[in-house]
Amino acid sequence: MGKGQRKVPGINASSTADISFILLIFFLVVTSMNSSTGLNVRLPEPPEDEDLQNPPKIKKRNSLIVLVNLDNKIMITQGERPAYEISVSDLRQLAKEFISNDENRADYPEKHAEDVVFEDGGTEHTLPSGRQQNITSKHVISLQTDRGTSYNTYFEVSNELYAAYDELRDELARKEYGKPYNKLDEVQQMLCRLYYKTMISEAEPRSIGGGM
Amino acid sequence: MPELNTSSLPDLIFSILFFFMIVTSMREEEVKVEYTLPKGTGLSKIERKTAVVNIHIGSPSKQYVSQLGMSTRVQLNDRFANVKEVAPFVVNERSLMRQADQAVMKVALKTDQNVKMGIITDVKMELRKARALSLMYSADERNKQ
Repeated sequence: MGKGQRKVPGINASSTADISFILLIFFLVVTSMNSSTGLNVRLPEPPEDEDLQNPPKIKKRNSLIVLVNLDNKIMITQGERPAYEISVSDLRQLAKEFISNDENRADYPEKHAEDVVFEDGGTEHTLPSGRQQNITSKHVISLQTDRGTSYNTYFEVSNELYAAYDELRDELARKEYGKPYNKLDEVQQMLCRLYYKTMISEAEPRSIGGGM
Repeated sequence: MPELNTSSLPDLIFSILFFFMIVTSMREEEVKVEYTLPKGTGLSKIERKTAVVNIHIGSPSKQYVSQLGMSTRVQLNDRFANVKEVAPFVVNERSLMRQADQAVMKVALKTDQNVKMGIITDVKMELRKARALSLMYSADERNKQ
């Protein structure tokens, strides 16, 4: 057509930014970055028949029985003492004293000199304070519930028991490495976990109500 | 005064948009039970979401109450299930995972705080049968609310 070049009018794109902003906000609102949290536990292996027939013998001083009954009351049986009631808030301290037995009490778990070693591809790692450590490796915390116990109480009790181990490991980490537990590398954390092994056993449903 | 050139702004916003579309996941199974998680302290986060199997336990949501009543139910994926179905379900879910995830598979129990322990014990026995031994009791951090 005629002279010169015809100018093609550009598409007005000034609103694209707004449109994509709306899309962006929509996605931000709709999707949830759901960061789910919780309490990690490890279930025991499925029971073998032999284990059920010959339950391992546990000395009284080595066992701490935490029974959460139908009324969500927490009963503690430990050593020769008669069962007594305790509140959730006191449980962590009790568990810590029981697990570590710092004062070497005769009614708390016996301490054995054992090697705390972590083998990693041929190299052996030990704690800075030495290979042999006095640890309460034979202790067992037995968590028993009734079928009518509420999950909330059970959860709070488990939370306290696992927290007791976490706190002890943290104390150990500070003593051995001068750092909190979560600042240690994997090998060091593993050694702390070997020193304080989680020994929480949850009774099989059949043994509920029975004695140890 | 020269005008600010905003012609690249849409592209910029689009790339942010695409980033969010890729990072976040839309597919969330429909939860058919009502549950309020218990509260705890010092909880840990889930590291690999692809290696997690969710099991919801709670009372059915309003629209299902007429068919199912108020009693506690177990929800596996999108359906209500019997406790006995938990072990086969977990085994099946594991077989659908990638090899790397199978070894670190974790079962997250999203359980209402008022549920009785009986059903939890049964579910745990099923999980042991399926050798799904790594478990997480889902909960919220206490000071959050």
